[in-house]
This record gives sequence, C-alpha cells and structure tokens, in this order.
Amino acid sequence: MRVSVIGCTAMLLAAVAACGGRGGTEPGATASGPCQGQQTTGITDKTIKLGGIYPLSGPASAYGDIPKGIKAYFDYINAEKNGIGGRKVEFVVRDDGYQPPKAVEEARRLVEQEQVFALFQTLGTPSTTATWDYTNQRKVPQIFVATGASKWGTDTKHPWTIGWQPNYISEARVYAQYLKKEKPTAKVAVLYQNDDFGKDLFGGFKRAIEGSGITVVGEQSYEVTDPSIDPQMRNLAGSKADVFLNITTPKFGSQALAADAKNTAWNPLHIINNVSSSITVLKPVGFENVQGVVSSTYYKDPRDATWNDDAEMKLYKAKMAQYAPGTDPNVPFFTFGWAVADSFNKTMSAAKCPTREGLRDSMRSLSNVQINMLLPGVTMTTAADDGFPIESMQLMKFKGEGWELFGNVIDTRKEFGPLTG
Amino acid sequence: MSEAAEARASGSRWRVAANRRWIIMALLLALTCYAPFQLVPFRVFQFTMVLIYAVALLGLNLLVGHTGQISLGHGAYFAVGAYTAAILLHSWHVPYPATLPAAAVAAFALGLAFGVPAVRLRGLYLALVTLAIAIFLVPLLKRFESVTGGSMGLTLAKPVPPAWTGLAEDQWLYFLTLAVAVVAFLVTRSVLRSRVGRALHAIRDNEAAAEVMGVRLSFYKTLSFAWSAMLAGIAGCLYTWVIGYVSPDSFVVTLSITLLAGLVVGGLGSYWGPLLGGLFVMFVPSISQSVNDAAPGVVFGLLIIAVMYVAPTGLAGLAGRAAYSIKKTLRKE
Repeated sequence: MRVSVIGCTAMLLAAVAACGGRGGTEPGATASGPCQGQQTTGITDKTIKLGGIYPLSGPASAYGDIPKGIKAYFDYINAEKNGIGGRKVEFVVRDDGYQPPKAVEEARRLVEQEQVFALFQTLGTPSTTATWDYTNQRKVPQIFVATGASKWGTDTKHPWTIGWQPNYISEARVYAQYLKKEKPTAKVAVLYQNDDFGKDLFGGFKRAIEGSGITVVGEQSYEVTDPSIDPQMRNLAGSKADVFLNITTPKFGSQALAADAKNTAWNPLHIINNVSSSITVLKPVGFENVQGVVSSTYYKDPRDATWNDDAEMKLYKAKMAQYAPGTDPNVPFFTFGWAVADSFNKTMSAAKCPTREGLRDSMRSLSNVQINMLLPGVTMTTAADDGFPIESMQLMKFKGEGWELFGNVIDTRKEFGPLTG
Repeated sequence: MSEAAEARASGSRWRVAANRRWIIMALLLALTCYAPFQLVPFRVFQFTMVLIYAVALLGLNLLVGHTGQISLGHGAYFAVGAYTAAILLHSWHVPYPATLPAAAVAAFALGLAFGVPAVRLRGLYLALVTLAIAIFLVPLLKRFESVTGGSMGLTLAKPVPPAWTGLAEDQWLYFLTLAVAVVAFLVTRSVLRSRVGRALHAIRDNEAAAEVMGVRLSFYKTLSFAWSAMLAGIAGCLYTWVIGYVSPDSFVVTLSITLLAGLVVGGLGSYWGPLLGGLFVMFVPSISQSVNDAAPGVVFGLLIIAVMYVAPTGLAGLAGRAAYSIKKTLRKE
C-alpha cells in the first residue's frame, strides 16, 4: 500500500508538471505583406524577446558578467532610445552551468516556452555545439555566439548560427603577420592548451606561417586540469627559440609569464593570446616582468587611459553606473556585453524584414558596420560565404602599467584571404 | 469472528490492496504514455531526461540504497555508456538500437573491474576510490582524440522515428527511454525480490551477520557494483540518443555528486526514490534559478538541505509518512 501511495505522489508530481497543451507543434506566427510567410515568433511592433544562455554557476561562472553588460545596454536603449526601431527589448537569461545537456534544455525552454525571437548568445564551444542542430532545425537565429571557434563561420549547414568575436584562427593570423614583418626568420616555441581553443589557434598559426621563413622549433601542450606548466616551459626554453607564443587561458597564462620572467637565460619575444591578455593575468607576475609582451585586441579596454575621452566609453561608463549600479565598469566582460549588444542592435536595425528570416539574412550581409565600442578601424563584415563578423585585430604591447596599441589594424581577410574549412 | 473468517477477510483486504496497486500502476503508465501528446516538445524532452536520470539512479540505488555501499563515481559509468554509444554511432555507424547492449556491457565490465578492488574497501575509503574514477575519466576522454573527439566531443545524428509510428522526434525518444526505464525498473524489482535482493539487504544491514548466514560478500558486492554500473551505462546510452552530443565537460565530477544527491533526496532504498530523484535533479536547478537569478547554486544547495531536514528518508519516505498519517486520521473518524 505504501508503494502505491508513493506512486500516487509521483504521478501527481508528473501530472502537475504535465499541465499545458502541446502548443509548440503548431506553426508559429508569420508575417504578412512583403515579408509574407516569414516567422514572427517573439517579435511585435512594440517588443522583441531574446534569450541568452550563459554559465551563471559552475567553474566558468566568471562569464556570467557578459549578460549583465548586455542587460545594461538594452535597459539603456529601452529607456532612452525607444528600443530597437521602436521595439523594446526583453532579454531572458538562462543558466547552463557550462553543461551541454543543460544548454540543450535551456535552448528548448527559450524557444518553445519563452517563445523568444532569437537566441542572442550561447556561451562556450560545447554548449553551442550541443544546441546548434536544434536551433537550425527550428530555424531560430542563434546570433553572435560567444566562442571563438572557427567552425561557426566555416560550416555551411547551419545558416542560423553565427559567431561574433574574431575566431582563434584569425587571431593566429594576426601574430603570424606581425612576425613575418618584424622577424621574418623567427624560431617560435609554442605552449598551447590541449583542446579545441588551443588547437584552433595553433593550427591557424601553423597554416599562416606556411611558406615563410618562420619555423616552429618547439611545441608543448598542457591540460586544463594540469596543476603547473613548469615542465613544459623548461622544455621550451631548451629549444632556443627567439619567439614564445603563449596560447593559454588566464591561470596558465600567468604561470607561463612568470616562468618566462624567472628564466633569465632565455629571453624570447613573448606573445600572449587575447584570452589571457587581461590586466588581472599580468598583474600577479609583476608589471616590471611583463614589459614588451605582445598581444592583440579588437574592442576598447575600459582601463586603457587612451579611451578616457572617447565618447562611447564615456557613455558606457555613465550608463553602466545608471543601469547596472554597483558593478565595476572596468571589468572587460561588461564591455564585451555592451559591444555585442550594440552589434545586435545594428544588425537587427539593418534587417529588411522584422522576422527571423530577416535577422538571418541581415547577420549574413553586414557590410562594414561600425560598432563604437570596437577599436577604430575594426568593423563587422559578413557575406553569404563569410560567416565571420570580426576578422580584424590590432596588436598591442605592454608598457608601464597597461597595454599600448601599435601598428595598424590588421585585416586578416585582406592579408590571408577568406577563411574556409 | 472465527479465525478462518478473519484470515479470509485479511486475505481479501490484501487482494484489494494489490489490485489497487496494479490499477495505480496502470494509471501511471497510461498517463506517462498520454503525456507526450499533450505537452510541448520542450516538456517532453525534460521528462525524457527525468527518465534517463531515473534509470541511472535505479542503478545507484541498487548499490547505495540496497547494498549499503557508496559510489561518488557513477557519473563515470554514465559517461562510459554515453561514449560507448557515441563512438559506435560515430566511427562504426552501428544502428542505434545496437548501441544499447554494447553500452550496457561496457559499463558492466568496468563496474566489475572496479567492483573487485572495491570489495576490500569500506566507507570513506570506498568513497574516495570511486571519486577517483570520476576525476580521472575526464582527462582520459580528452587524451584519445582520434576516438573520443577530444575536448570537442562528438556530434551525432539523433535516432529518427520510424515512419509507421507517426511520432515526432522528441516523442519517439521519450517512448524509447520510457520502454528502457520500465524494463530496467521491472528487472531491478524482481532482482531485489529474489534471493539476490535479500542477500544485498543482509549485506547492507549487517555484513558480519550476512556472512554468518552464508552470503558471499565479495560475490554479491561485486555483482552489485557491476549491475549498478550497467544501469548507469544504459542511462548514458539513452543520454547520447537524446542529446546527440557528448563531450568530456558533460561528465565532470559534479554529475556524480548530483546523482548521489538526487538519490538521497529522492529516497535511498525505496522503489520510487530513483524517479523522484530524477524529477529533483531535472527540475530543481531550474526552479532555483527562477527563485534567484544570481546564485542558482546557493538556492539549489539550500533546497537540498531543506528537503533533508523535512524528510530525512527522502521524498519517497516523506510521501510514505504523509500517506500513513492520512490513513490514520481517516481511520479515527
């Protein structure tokens, strides 16, 4: 008897959760007029509903700051700019804890239950990989995913998904281009993280230096779970390379910088990738030890004094204080969120039809769209066969207590041709 | 009333109770079969995941609830099942139904291999060893990139519903999972009602006494480990079908801990514990996020504490107690 009563409870629980009809199978709302038949789920004349999936909990929860920057931006344009073309933006954020199965669940929740117009950002290569088949089957735009993997652009089977930030291969090309000019016979030692990110960047670098006088004389990989990269650094020091390419995530970036500083017998030109170029990575090593380190970037650093009088930076800091009180606007993730939200605004405004199809076509036909938070000269361009919005970066060198930009913005499209799978 | 009449009366009362139980089971089954036609695909997907977790918890319950051993590494067996299915689908293009027995066998073998040394360990020591399995599996999966896809994982096509069923993809996956879950439930139930089940309970309650009574500890403990791992592996295989993507990051240590927490909350050693635990694992994190956007983890943790405080024997125990007290009140009237 006890069992059956418990069974009743389970059934009751199931029944409670089972309320609600099967609305999702019916075709969603469609437009009439010139955009006839196109999907208008989640968008009206007054509102547009977007959904984002980020790790708000778990080991990658630092990225949870990005949606805060985005929210501040949308709150600002909703209150002061009448939204995007008269449509107030509603931005629903869900937590996946950096877990792919959770991301799938949340993507379905946003699309089927929240009825969002588009997924505006999923974060991380695993979560995005787990969801993009679904979004493309349902024909829901999955716009500006927050991961630098190159497959979002090279893939041709997922027209509804597109990246935003420069992909890792483009970044590698920037460094290769720099070395070709400055050290045409460079001998390079590489430390890279043994995952898609490290391999994408390193692979891109190897392809970019093909046919030049630059050679890779030493390569070492590490796992994210490794406690230390000191053995790898010792091996690399033995390679007698004159350039050290540091392809790491922040924790290991710090370690590699420290190991390089400690070894006075080996003084290569140190290039650290964008992911680890934050001041918080360099500070523990001591600023006097990281002078002359080279990296690259594409959006304005809120801590860089160069932008103190920049109109967009001033606006950003003022609006962050107003719409996200209590946060530190110097955190680059907020700036990132602001820049990507502005990019969405421009892309949506440029859409010919206020429909999902319209957004898809718009995000694949951007032409030199200027985003004020990006570096001057860095713009967004895409085409039917070019799924990479940002492919330009500028080099920077560490000087004193901060980064200093130098040289011109390097457009990797021009230098290396389009990136294909 | 004569003794014979009383015996007859209690016998018929028992029959009524048994009948009622069957009716309720049938109703429950009917409801679970009816639900996917009423719900949006997103809900169907959620319930599919509940069933998958329930199958994994069924295995864990066998080990922890019924044999009194502990495992902090069940996520690893789950992952082995998932990866076995994924690799077979990806590299060998095996038809997907064939991956289920393969995943079961692989997880069973691994469970057996770890069950043998585990027999010598108890309590905290056993917990540590099983935890180690969960910890080392993730880097291991990243190493053999040509087979496992490395940290990029493997993307797979989902099972396509046969045309004659007329079902949508999510409904088909739901029914596949439901069928496997029901079979797993019935098999586990009959195992627990047999000699084996009594032996396992004896081990849980008092190892020394069990041994005196002639229960071969090493044999039954190893068997329990292997069976438990097998069910987790089966759940992993279902997971691969439903999600269509595996990556090492999906199977970190947290999964093992969450499974154990789900089982304890659901009800250790009870028949319905795994199902309730599956519901808990699936729904409570999203509920806690709607309570507080900023710190879903904290709310989730507090909810676990609250449940354990209110219901030390888990949700199943709580339901049982509630039913008992209701019955008592009814009888008084």
